[in-house]
Amino acid sequence: MSDVTRRISRETLIKWAPLLVLLALVIFFTALNPTFFSLRNFARIAIAASPALMVAVGVTFIIVMGSIDLSMEGTVSLTAVSFAFIFAQLGGSLGGLGWVAIPLVLVLGGLIGLLNGLVHVKLKIPSFMASLAMGFVGTGAAILLTGGDIVKVGDPAFRGLLTVRWLGFPLMVYVAAFFLLVGWFIQTHTTLGRNFYAVGGGEDLAHASGLNVTRVRVTGFALAGVFYAIAAILVVARIGQAESVTGANFMFVSITSVVVGGVALWGGIGGVWNALVGVLIVNVIDNGMVVIGLPDFLQAGVLGLLVILAVVLSTDRKMVSFVK
Amino acid sequence: MYELKAVDKKFPGVHALKAIDFHIRRGEIVGLVGENGAGKSTLMKVIYGAYQPDGGQILINGSSVRFANPRQAMEKGIGMVFQEQSLIPNLTVMENIFLGYERQFVRFGVVDWKAMASAAKAQLAKVKLDIDPAMVTSKLSFAQRQLVELAKVLTLEERVDGDLVILLDEPTSVLSKEEVQMLFKLVRELTTRASFIFVSHRMDEVMALSDRIYVMKDGEVVDVVERGGATAEAIQHKMVGRNVDKEYYREHLQKPYDATKVLIEMAGVGLPGRIQDISLKLHAGEVLCLVGTEGSGREAILRTIYGMLTPATGRLVIKGEDANAFSPRQSVSHGVGYVPRERKIEGIVAGMNVYENMTLSQMKNHSSGGVLRVAEERALARDWIRKLSIKAHSEFADCGNLSGGNQQKVVLAKWRSAGSDIMLLDHPTRGLDIGAKEDVYDMIRAMSAAGVGIVLVADTLEEAIGLSHTIIVVKDGRIQKQFTCEPGAKPTPFDLLHYMI
Repeated sequence: MSDVTRRISRETLIKWAPLLVLLALVIFFTALNPTFFSLRNFARIAIAASPALMVAVGVTFIIVMGSIDLSMEGTVSLTAVSFAFIFAQLGGSLGGLGWVAIPLVLVLGGLIGLLNGLVHVKLKIPSFMASLAMGFVGTGAAILLTGGDIVKVGDPAFRGLLTVRWLGFPLMVYVAAFFLLVGWFIQTHTTLGRNFYAVGGGEDLAHASGLNVTRVRVTGFALAGVFYAIAAILVVARIGQAESVTGANFMFVSITSVVVGGVALWGGIGGVWNALVGVLIVNVIDNGMVVIGLPDFLQAGVLGLLVILAVVLSTDRKMVSFVK
Repeated sequence: MYELKAVDKKFPGVHALKAIDFHIRRGEIVGLVGENGAGKSTLMKVIYGAYQPDGGQILINGSSVRFANPRQAMEKGIGMVFQEQSLIPNLTVMENIFLGYERQFVRFGVVDWKAMASAAKAQLAKVKLDIDPAMVTSKLSFAQRQLVELAKVLTLEERVDGDLVILLDEPTSVLSKEEVQMLFKLVRELTTRASFIFVSHRMDEVMALSDRIYVMKDGEVVDVVERGGATAEAIQHKMVGRNVDKEYYREHLQKPYDATKVLIEMAGVGLPGRIQDISLKLHAGEVLCLVGTEGSGREAILRTIYGMLTPATGRLVIKGEDANAFSPRQSVSHGVGYVPRERKIEGIVAGMNVYENMTLSQMKNHSSGGVLRVAEERALARDWIRKLSIKAHSEFADCGNLSGGNQQKVVLAKWRSAGSDIMLLDHPTRGLDIGAKEDVYDMIRAMSAAGVGIVLVADTLEEAIGLSHTIIVVKDGRIQKQFTCEPGAKPTPFDLLHYMI
């Protein structure tokens, strides 16, 4: 019995630990510099976090399936650049035909993810390798499109995502929140979401229960691709331009967030709320270190340590005999 | 020389070894026989140090020893030749032989391969195997690998002072008749170097090779037979001899099945190396039990019906339809449910809750346009939790935290609630305590009464006989004999054993 209670308390602890860490961080930075705790600063954190959140939600589905996706940098760059070009081609204004670029780019993101998933499943390449390679292809394609140049997107209506504020937060934050809810709905209320957990919790079992595991995997990668495309659009809105390095750094930030947020790397455990908490932890640290005046090269180091700590805390090492 | 005194071993819910006395003299070959679950493998694990006994003593030459792990047992001269071969296929023969003991060949941090090769050659000579020790192990035949494994264990001779005891676990299961004869000749010659404990399902082989035979049943040694001291029949009687409790298996609930309604028909189904020429019929309401030793082809037949294996020859007809695409999806859509032996791997998803597990194979029935009707799922789960009296605090309970019996109920509910009317049960009572077993028997009877056809691979012969309408005995991938099991006129375990081994 004592064994059971210990396991339950451990599970409860792991479940709530990320949120507690987030609260502790907020209190910590506020204590060091009270300006940290202000609407202006929270809006700043939210703006920085929005695109990363979309990438993190996308990759959460993949990690819940027990796979990994490292293609986000290439996918975000390629979809961002494509969006900028298509938007310009269609008149360069949301008021005109420019809005059509948004669904087109979401479809493009989905197709890149689909291809990613097909390479992984059909050619039987481990997901980390297949997606890493596809990511490089994406970055390469983005360079090919731009020739290394920066593509500006200056439409005021589109930039309204950043400039128009509501209750102190720009519109893009609400867009991200909306898609977070969409992700939550997929996770809890659709067969697809349930399938992700089944495949991640036990692939043999999912197969033995008559699920089409191949299709679930491919669909998961396609869905992640759509979320990467949303992230790309939000980044373009935030910085007003697209280039081949728009997606840079998303891989580390998103995977860090998802893991720190409590999604288990071996699949089956965690979800979009963990992704949200993780993204906030990472961005609060980023922001907080600037606010208290620490050099930014320390940030990457701190985040790296945090990832190791998160995995160490969430892994029951007695259960894992060896790790490849 | 090697002795066990009143050795006891308990697992949660199972008393695996009950006060076992066992001894082996220098140069002796001792046979060990018993049904599946009699405690043979637990006893072997105690002997080679994988398990520590809860009570009793292990004595070597009269002094008490205790092994924390197999390596310590090896240092006392106890070696194991595994049934599932333990050689690493991508290493060379000599690397395998000296795995973990390479240090003796290391000079200044570098392995002296020549020295290792000649040492390996000397070991291989002991088992009369003339191969290049630098060969990659995967290129060897099964018989050759078995000998390499034996040679590996024989390296103990040089490392250990005392005497050797070598365990052979089902060493003949993958060998041809000639290879078995060669192995036996070799083992007899090697008795100058070591004592052997020989475990096999094949009674004739045990009788041919062993000086003495320990007969195990229900975790006890029921008899020790000297060579020539008993016939094969007498030993088999001792292995199973127990009065079947009719109540226990709900025999009074056994109803005749509907012989006019054929659910599954297999005609001449074959799968190279696994099963040959399997023909059988499963009727509505019938409990059909496949009986045979481990590896006889029972599981292959089940998995073929479920579509996890694709037969090379023959036909499989499910409810009048020829099955051509072999996949679990196909079978599930025909109403076939599968309760696997490894609950944790193919039965339930730990981490998912009760209702999620129950609807896993039938999400289509509880969703529209890909959106799940969760309230409906939960109602269904609550219903089945009540029907099967599953002990879970609610439908939100994590299945990973349920007891084995309750997990098994969730698996059964998963298929029954989806309306499966063909159930494939692979060891449905394995690892369950008595109460949970009885619940499973009740469920099997209830399903059968409701017209569900059941193919069962049972844990013990008694279970098979008690539960089934029909028993098919399988040996070496072929059907040996079919028995009808009317209540009151059931065959005895002894009748079946004849055809099994």
